[in-house]
Amino acid sequence: MTNQPINKSTNQLIYALQLADNALILGHRISEWCGHGPVLEQDIAITNTALDHLGQARSFYQFAANVFNALPADQKANFFSSPVLQNKIAAGENIDEDDLAYLRDGWDFRNVLLVEQPNKDWAFTVIRSFFYDAYNFYFYTELQKSKVAELAAIAEKSLKEVTYHLRWSSEWVIRLGDGTDESHERMQEAVNERWAYTGELFQMSEADKAMLAEGMGVDLNGIKPLWEQRVAEVLQEATITMPANTWMQEGGKEGRHSEHLGYILAELQFMQRAYPNMEW
Amino acid sequence: MTVHSFQEHFDEKIDNEVSIEPRDWMPDDYRKTLIRQISQHAHSEIVGMLPEGNWITRAPSLRRKAVLLAKVQDEGGHGLYLYSAAETLGITRDEMIEQLHSGKAKYSSIFNYPTLTWADMGAIGWLVDGAAIMNQVPLCRTSYGPYARAMVRVCKEESFHQRQGFEIMMTLANGTEVQKKLAQDALNRWWWPSIMMFGPPDDDSPNTAQSMRWRIKRFTNDELRQKFIDVTVEQAKLIGLTVPDPDLKWNEETGHYDYGKINWDEFWNVVKGNGPCNKERLETRRKAWEEGKWVRDAALAYAEKRKARKEKATLAA
Repeated sequence: MTNQPINKSTNQLIYALQLADNALILGHRISEWCGHGPVLEQDIAITNTALDHLGQARSFYQFAANVFNALPADQKANFFSSPVLQNKIAAGENIDEDDLAYLRDGWDFRNVLLVEQPNKDWAFTVIRSFFYDAYNFYFYTELQKSKVAELAAIAEKSLKEVTYHLRWSSEWVIRLGDGTDESHERMQEAVNERWAYTGELFQMSEADKAMLAEGMGVDLNGIKPLWEQRVAEVLQEATITMPANTWMQEGGKEGRHSEHLGYILAELQFMQRAYPNMEW
Repeated sequence: MTVHSFQEHFDEKIDNEVSIEPRDWMPDDYRKTLIRQISQHAHSEIVGMLPEGNWITRAPSLRRKAVLLAKVQDEGGHGLYLYSAAETLGITRDEMIEQLHSGKAKYSSIFNYPTLTWADMGAIGWLVDGAAIMNQVPLCRTSYGPYARAMVRVCKEESFHQRQGFEIMMTLANGTEVQKKLAQDALNRWWWPSIMMFGPPDDDSPNTAQSMRWRIKRFTNDELRQKFIDVTVEQAKLIGLTVPDPDLKWNEETGHYDYGKINWDEFWNVVKGNGPCNKERLETRRKAWEEGKWVRDAALAYAEKRKARKEKATLAA
């Protein structure tokens, strides 16, 4: 996103996009399992979580689109780098959830790097979900107190889903960690490999800081110890060794992503790019 | 009771429309026929997740994506009910899956055709699920109780799927030129395979008579096919699409549509494994199963460890 005078509305917009992008990209990754799960019951269960993330993404995108459409014209013009979106805005059209999901390029996506990492196998998939679900659980718990009524309402609704996600992923971390030798080894490797993507969850972006100051957002430093404790407990029960503190990967929240996001978007956005401006 | 009187008792139930339940005596061939049919149906649901699953990550809007994900998930759920119904006949799910992977068990041939464009999501919902409903609604009254009950649940969801498929087609048919072209192209590719879904013509369907006698089947393949064509041709007209059959003609006398010659040679070839996607579909299923083995093993090992720990704790207390 380009330099803009930051005001309350743009902070809310960026904040909602961070949340929406996390949910959309994680939901996309999880949905890749649909039809390919290790056992039918789990195929169905994991698809359910993909649907929940997608639903949350839609709620946040709809909110973001409303905030964006209410901005003054000069702030809207170059807010997004995508020429297709800019043309739409120049023509005086309102944007919607699909425009935000389908017409932005990677540098305008604000999801954390963790959620775009590939599924690899069930262990890598489960640990990615667990790290994120634990974060999401405490995050939504706090976001329920937001002064922005829409955000608080989405948080309240989502928390029910996330509570289930966290239970599901915790159970799988434990099952694999304390299962067979092979599953233990795979789980330990997945924890070690994905650990470097957990630091970014708690990094406060400008929008995070501004929203916190207004009583609209969540103090990520405040939920960090809760997350650490929950992760330590589950990993211990799973007989998995907690990785030593290490260099953390970051950049997603500023629009600097891993190579994976480009391919996700190429697939996700294919129809809207090949057949622009149509109703589906 | 002698075997003879068991048989009489069974026949009496069938004649009086009393459902057969898992613990009831039943002829071996009845049991075998049901296992074959129900497992084939379950496999069709599971393999059927693949052609539509193919478009989940590429759905053109978030709403369509959510509906498609939910739909493919429903199919997994149908597979689950059906495997459970088949298990009441004395076969395990693992055995059935093994039969699918070895090629011994079949699944609906329609899923061996590729999904090439988004419009195929519309065509599958409208035509394939539409044909499935024609086949399945009578199965809600089939003589074997667990199968009939599973089908009641399946049919409720299938009619929702059929509507959403038709709605995708309608949206495309009312859309831009290229969207109309997508819709027509999908209808062209899916029409004939869909009407083949009802199976071979009656004079070439060796199992039909016995299945009708057992009230497993309620209508013949050709009866169901005709019913489907009559309904679907009108729906195509409604949205301005052309059914790709030059011989299609309303017959005043019979009150049905006459239709062209079905390419049964193609049908039998796809059944035998020569369809465009037979190999890919089976490979995908086998791969998911093989790569999931360590996960299933871990879940089992963990459950056993937990049980052992609990027993130890109880003993200590």
